[in-house]
Amino acid sequence: MRLPCLALLLSVWAALGHAFEIEESRSYPAPGTAALRILSTADADVFEPIIEAFQSIYPISITYDVASSTQVMKALYDEGAQYDLAISSAMDLQTKLANDGLARQYTSDATGALPPWAKWRDQVFAFTQEPAVLVLNAAAFETLDIPKNREGLITLLRDHPEVFDTRIGTYDVRISGLGYLFATQDSRNTESFWRLTEVMGRLNTRLYCCSGAMIDAVARGDLALAYNVLGSYARARLADTPGIVVVEMDDFVSVMLRTALIPQTAQSPQAAGLLIDFLAGMRSRPDLAAETGLPPVVGNDAEDEGIIRPIRLGPGLLVFLDRLRRDTFLRSWASSIEQD
Amino acid sequence: MSTAVAQVSIRRRLVVQLALVAALLSVVFFFALQVVADRATEATQDNILAASATSIADAVYTDAGIVRVEIPYSALSMLGTVSEDRVFYHVILDGQTLTGYDDLPVPAARGAGRDPRFGTYLYRGDTVRAVVVRRALNVADRIHRVEVVVAQTRLGLAAISSRITTTATAIGVVFFLAATALSALAAQNALSPLSRLAEAVRRRGPRDLRPVTAETPSELTPLVGGLNGFIARLRAALTRSEDLIVEAAHRVRTPLATVRTQAEMVHLQMEKPENRAALRQMIRAVDESSRSAGQLLDHAMVTLRSDQLETEEIDPADLLRDAVDRLSPTADLKDIAIVLDLPQAPMRVQGDAILLQNAVRNILDNAIKYSPADTEITVRLLSGPSCRLVVCDQGRGFMPEDIAHMPERFSRGSNVEDVVGSGLGLTIVRDVAEAHGGTLEIGPNPEGSGACVSLVLPCS
Repeated sequence: MRLPCLALLLSVWAALGHAFEIEESRSYPAPGTAALRILSTADADVFEPIIEAFQSIYPISITYDVASSTQVMKALYDEGAQYDLAISSAMDLQTKLANDGLARQYTSDATGALPPWAKWRDQVFAFTQEPAVLVLNAAAFETLDIPKNREGLITLLRDHPEVFDTRIGTYDVRISGLGYLFATQDSRNTESFWRLTEVMGRLNTRLYCCSGAMIDAVARGDLALAYNVLGSYARARLADTPGIVVVEMDDFVSVMLRTALIPQTAQSPQAAGLLIDFLAGMRSRPDLAAETGLPPVVGNDAEDEGIIRPIRLGPGLLVFLDRLRRDTFLRSWASSIEQD
Repeated sequence: MSTAVAQVSIRRRLVVQLALVAALLSVVFFFALQVVADRATEATQDNILAASATSIADAVYTDAGIVRVEIPYSALSMLGTVSEDRVFYHVILDGQTLTGYDDLPVPAARGAGRDPRFGTYLYRGDTVRAVVVRRALNVADRIHRVEVVVAQTRLGLAAISSRITTTATAIGVVFFLAATALSALAAQNALSPLSRLAEAVRRRGPRDLRPVTAETPSELTPLVGGLNGFIARLRAALTRSEDLIVEAAHRVRTPLATVRTQAEMVHLQMEKPENRAALRQMIRAVDESSRSAGQLLDHAMVTLRSDQLETEEIDPADLLRDAVDRLSPTADLKDIAIVLDLPQAPMRVQGDAILLQNAVRNILDNAIKYSPADTEITVRLLSGPSCRLVVCDQGRGFMPEDIAHMPERFSRGSNVEDVVGSGLGLTIVRDVAEAHGGTLEIGPNPEGSGACVSLVLPCS
């Protein structure tokens, strides 16, 4: 995250006539006649190297609009906005778009080479796998053991309220789609999740919209730890941010797959297909992975390792999008995290 | 022997009909497999759908008098394990949408009570299989009715179905090919007694009129019985006609001898030269008739003996010498000299002495008959890979166009209409030659006018 997330909310770029909010819009003209409109949740700065590398192969003009995952959903699901490619970290919303018939099918050699868990219905294609991690402030942990798993974290928080009170950060799952995805997967995978949320609530946990803001707060020392931070962003910040530690839990790690799909409204699906092929082949471009901090999808190993679980694409993701289920979950979560 | 009117192959008919049956069975098998497989896959999808809907129905609960539902994660994720089909659900409380896709219809399937009911309909551009599970809830003495509809597209079903179709097609084709190959073998096998019988009949000699005794399958017994009956009738007819000829010849010859004797006596008493000439003509005519009757007898005898040759070792030189001795008086009457040219070394042929004598006599007799007076007849015996008994005369020879027809029965040269003859002589010679595995050769005399007739026999 090169730009603070909150600053982007000043979205003067929102095109007139659109009810959904665009945070930022960039144009990358190219000599070719083809044009590609991308709606993405990834920061323009993060994605720019990929667009430039793509344009060095295909002379296709690209418009890159950034919006939150809820706004992406609103644009495509409710308003039928015309985009050729939708890139989102919200796997559940991408899955719903495909399930409800708003995505086009696309097959190629490149998508055929993707592992089976990295695509769904030949409509949703994963091109990164980004784990949820714990980010610690090194100074705060000088005398403390670094927790290895959630049980350890709960014990640590209980034993040292003086260190952690008001110094824990996590996603506000009510406003962050990614935070909601990580939280619901946690609730599915471990019994500890609700106890952890209770403990964090008692310690007056601060809630954030974005991973970048949490990492900044940890780096400044405002927070001693941040839970469920997007690992790719955290690792990308390690080099230029002294004093932070990234921890992957050893009980299990939820892995978010950043996905792309071609909406039914696409005007140039062929160009979108080319970009999907390019994204699917990212593992052969370690330079881009390093520059963007987006770890590409690698072979099948990730699935076998057990503790590292790519969140499974498919109808299961629709469950937590269910209105009642979401209400119930958010009510439980809110009552746990806000105990005042 | 004339061929059958139409070339209908029993084997081909058998193979084609068996192949048609196999094809029919393959097609029936294909469709049966398809139907069974489709039912099975549909039942599988129905079971998963019912399990999903039931687990959602079980997750309906009341919270402070309000009916709520917490869709279990597994309820939808289980539908994603089998295929990548689109999934829709709809929870309805007393006719009002509680949650889910509120435009997803309840399948209008018949069914009783709480059993899941299934239906197939079009939803959001795809055919979906849907199930509805019903549940009643009692909240504060009010009965609430909950309906859970879960629907899934049939992409996975279509994929399984097309895989089964491919497999069924492959199995059907293999089954058809195997059945056809086996039926070809079976037809071959079933018809082999027929081929053996046909071969046994085909191998028979031209005069073999024995009944067919080859092993015959029961289906062919009537045919073989009929054939044997036919052969017996043919044999009887032939025997009867031969008997008739022999009888007729005998009956003609005896009175002819009497007529000749009487005619000669009258001839001696005649004074007038024109009367004597007339009588001489009459005597010659009687001679010819007698000779023809003799040849008819000879022919009948040759035909009879050819079937059962009584072979022995014979020196063909003896045959020729004997024939020349016998016919010299006749030749002398016409001042014809017979030159006998025989090799020193003895030769041997296997043959029926009576038949061979008959043949040689007929050749020489012919030569004398058609030679003008005061000429020479050469009789030679040549050795080589086969024995050639050659008789050459200086007569008028054969017309080239007649040579091919000469040995046919009652066929006579077109240049001998002035000479009385039966046309049987060379027929007898040819029959004898063939009965001994030899040939009759007719050609012009290389040493001037006249003809050469050769009886070629295999040497032993």
